[in-house]
Amino acid sequence: MKRIELPLKEEVIRGLSAGESVLLSGEILTGRDCAHRRICEFLDRGEALPFSLAGETIYYAGPCPAPAGKACGSCGPTTSARMDSFTPRLLELGLKGMIGKGERSEAVCESIVKNGSVYFAAIGGAGALYGNAIQKSEIVAFPDLLSEAVYRFLVKDFPCIVAIDSRGGNIYKR
Amino acid sequence: MRIIASGLIEETIYGLAGRACLRLTAPCEGALREAEAREEPGSAARFSLSTLLDNAETAARERMAVCQDTGYAVVLAEIGQDVHIEGAPLTDAVNAGVRRAYADHCFRKSVCDPITRVNTADNTPASLHTEIVPGDKIKLTFLPKGFGSENMSRLYMLTPAQGVSGIVDSIVETVRLAGSKPCPPVICGVGIGGTFDTCAFLAKKALTRPLGTRHPRADIAAIEREALERINALGIGPQGFGGKTTALGVLCEVLPTHIAGLPVAVNIQCHCMRCESAEI
Repeated sequence: MKRIELPLKEEVIRGLSAGESVLLSGEILTGRDCAHRRICEFLDRGEALPFSLAGETIYYAGPCPAPAGKACGSCGPTTSARMDSFTPRLLELGLKGMIGKGERSEAVCESIVKNGSVYFAAIGGAGALYGNAIQKSEIVAFPDLLSEAVYRFLVKDFPCIVAIDSRGGNIYKR
Repeated sequence: MRIIASGLIEETIYGLAGRACLRLTAPCEGALREAEAREEPGSAARFSLSTLLDNAETAARERMAVCQDTGYAVVLAEIGQDVHIEGAPLTDAVNAGVRRAYADHCFRKSVCDPITRVNTADNTPASLHTEIVPGDKIKLTFLPKGFGSENMSRLYMLTPAQGVSGIVDSIVETVRLAGSKPCPPVICGVGIGGTFDTCAFLAKKALTRPLGTRHPRADIAAIEREALERINALGIGPQGFGGKTTALGVLCEVLPTHIAGLPVAVNIQCHCMRCESAEI
C-alpha cells in the first residue's frame, strides 16, 4: 500500500488515482458542519481565519474525548456531502486534501480538479482504528464547539482509499 | 404490584449504554464476516470490510467506542403494567444513566439545539419510547443511533393501490438515494402500516430485532427477502465502493393501518449496529 506523508506535495497529489489504497501520516486538521459554517462566516466578514488552510488536509470528523493515556478517542469520518456547500471556498484558499466518507457534489468534484486537490475516503465506522492512529491532538480553533472544534492531529498510517483524484477520477462513479 | 426504584433503571441504562457503544451486536459482526468472504479479494469493498472487522477488534482491545458517533441515545422501555416506579421520574432516571455513561466512558456528546446548534454537552435528552405491557418487569433496550444513517431515512405515505410492490420499491429507493452516504452496508428497519407517527417508531423498533431473523408472517418475510435481494443488486457496495453487499438485512414490523392509507417508514442503520437489552 502506498505511504503518503502530509502535508501533501503537488507531485504526490498528481500521482494519486481514484481507487488506490493509501496510508496517510503527518498532520491534519479536523472540521465538520459547525466549523465549516464558522470558517465561511469569517470569510463573509472579510476577516482572517484563526488558522491557515493553505496546503492543509482536512478530516471531516468529530472525535470522542480522549480516554486516559490516549491522544484521542474513537474518531472515524463523517459524511462529507454535508460539507459540500462550503468546500469550493476552502479549496480556493489552498486546501489540498480532504478525508471523509461518501460521494461529493458536482461542484466539489469540479473544484477538486480546478485546484489540483484530492479527496480521500476513510472507512466509515472504523472509529476505534482511526482514533488509535492519532498520536497527538490539540484544539486550534472554536473550542466551544466541543467535538466539532477544529483539532490538529498527528496521525500515523491512516488507511484510506483515493476517492476523487486531481484529474476527476471518481470511485463513486461507475 | 412490584416496586422498582428509579435508581435501578438509571444503573441499568448506565450499564447498557457503556456496553452498547463498545461493540457490534454478534449477528452484525457475523454478517460483516460473511460479507467480507463474498467480496472480491483485493477490491476496495473487501478492504473496507476487513478494516471494519479490525476496527471491532481494536475497539474491544483498547476499550474504545467502536464508532465515534456514539449516537442519539434511543431507549425503548417496555413497562409491565404491574410495576410502580418509585423515586425520580422515569425520564430523569434514563437521562441520568445516559449522562453518566457518556461522561465515564469518553463517548461523544452529539446532541444539540436544532437552531442554535449549541451542544447539550451530556448527550441528553435520550429518545425514550415507553410501551405498557403485561407483567411486573421492565425491559430496557438501548440503541445508540448514528446520524449519518438516520439522515438518509424516509417516510412514505403510499396509497393502498401501491401495495406490496410499492412497499418494496420504497425500501429500495431509500437505499439507492442514500448511496455511499450512510456507511453501507446498511440495515433497513421498516415500519409498515399504523399512522404517520407510529409507522416511524415501528421502523426504529424493527432495528432492535436481531439481524438474520425473519418476520413470523410469511408475507412480511417475503417483503424482507425481496427488498434485500433488490438492494444488493444495486451494486453500491461497502462504503459505496461498489460490490455485492449494500445491505446486511431488512427488518420489517407491521401494524394495522387506515383503509385509505399505506404508510411505510424506512429507518436506515449503518453497519455499526450496536444494541443492548436487559430485563429488570
